[in-house]
Amino acid sequence: MAELADAAHAAAGHGAEGQTVQEYITHHLSYLTYGKFPDGHWGLAHTPEEAVSMGFMSIHVDTMGWSLFIGAAFLFFFRYIGLRATSDVPSGIQNFVESIFEFVESQVNSGFNYKNPHVGPLCLTVFVWIILMNTMDLVPVDWLPEIAMAVGGLWGLEHMSFKVVPTTDPNITMGMSISVFFLILYYSVKSKGFGGFLSELAFHPFGKWMLPFNLIIEIPTLFAKPVSLGLRLFGNMYAGELLFLLISGLLGVYQLPAHFVWAVFHLLVVPLQAFVFMMLTIVYLNAAHEPAHGDH
Amino acid sequence: MDITLTIIGQSVAFFVFWWFCAKYVWPLFMNVMEERRQKIAHGLEAAARAEKDLELAQAKSTDQLKVAKVEAAGIIDLANKRGAQIVDEAKDKAKEEAQRIIAGAQADIEQEVNRAKEALRAQVSAIAIAGAEKILEGSINQAANEDMLHKLASEL
Repeated sequence: MAELADAAHAAAGHGAEGQTVQEYITHHLSYLTYGKFPDGHWGLAHTPEEAVSMGFMSIHVDTMGWSLFIGAAFLFFFRYIGLRATSDVPSGIQNFVESIFEFVESQVNSGFNYKNPHVGPLCLTVFVWIILMNTMDLVPVDWLPEIAMAVGGLWGLEHMSFKVVPTTDPNITMGMSISVFFLILYYSVKSKGFGGFLSELAFHPFGKWMLPFNLIIEIPTLFAKPVSLGLRLFGNMYAGELLFLLISGLLGVYQLPAHFVWAVFHLLVVPLQAFVFMMLTIVYLNAAHEPAHGDH
Repeated sequence: MDITLTIIGQSVAFFVFWWFCAKYVWPLFMNVMEERRQKIAHGLEAAARAEKDLELAQAKSTDQLKVAKVEAAGIIDLANKRGAQIVDEAKDKAKEEAQRIIAGAQADIEQEVNRAKEALRAQVSAIAIAGAEKILEGSINQAANEDMLHKLASEL
């Protein structure tokens, strides 16, 4: 990596501040972190090392902020359109929002076989929120961080990190997938009863005489759901962002066509990952609503 | 992978946004969709009804057309009959008139002929008298008389 970075540094001439490509990418992959310093006081981390030293008791101001901002913007926008919606021929923007709504509703109707009025809104929230968070990936990688550094410079934070794609933060994706996991547990217990839920783990798929094997199979399966759900989204978006950063760091003035090609490809990944997250949520919740097996 | 409080923040945001969406966003669009669905259903129903009405109206109009045709045929028949009658009457009148005119003309002609006959008759007697005079003048000459006497004498 060091040779690559040096070569790129020489070739691309990147880094007015004398950054290597490695430093450039590391800087772009760190978070603006607010948290509890080891000495006990709370504050913004000035370096990635400080951020790491805070451990769990810290919050990623950038990704959390973008996530909240995007989610709130999306919901208020939808509500704004919804309040002005008419049942006559819909206008352009209402049509657009309605087509998203209908898309999500049809997916829920076809994938979710039980009566639960809360699943539709859940899927709409998840789908549009994730699409918008993923779309932040298409904003040129330096724009918002440069602005943030310029603003941060006013408070002595001229080297601050500022990550703009919330779904490249595992906390964001896992935060959502763990929420879905809790919903799976809640609805499983609600529809099967606590005993039914446990017996599904213990007596399925091989019957009660193979109970240990059943547990060995079922418990990892259960926990794999939120992990795979969150990490799939995180992995896809993180890889995409990393490639943008590599193109930006390594290619110098020739990066534009490469950015374009990768962005076009990413246009597919952005909605696809949101769709996959929503569909899996539907599938998991559908399975959770299944009544207990009566044959064990 | 640095897991921080962000994961809890995001989970909380997840549930809050879900709640907001379920309470303030989803029902709006659900209602609009339902309203539109009903509107479309009403529209389709109205269209079906209109189609049925149209069918009825068409059947009615065909019926009325049939009745009208029958009526018209009757009227035309009557008119034809009346026309024929008028023509016949006119023909009869014309024939009578012609007969009358012919009869009048014949009477006139006869009258004229009689008048001409009378005139001729008068003239014929005059001519006969004149002729007789001429003949009588011519026969009183010697030779003729002698001949006649000779004949008479020879016969005796």
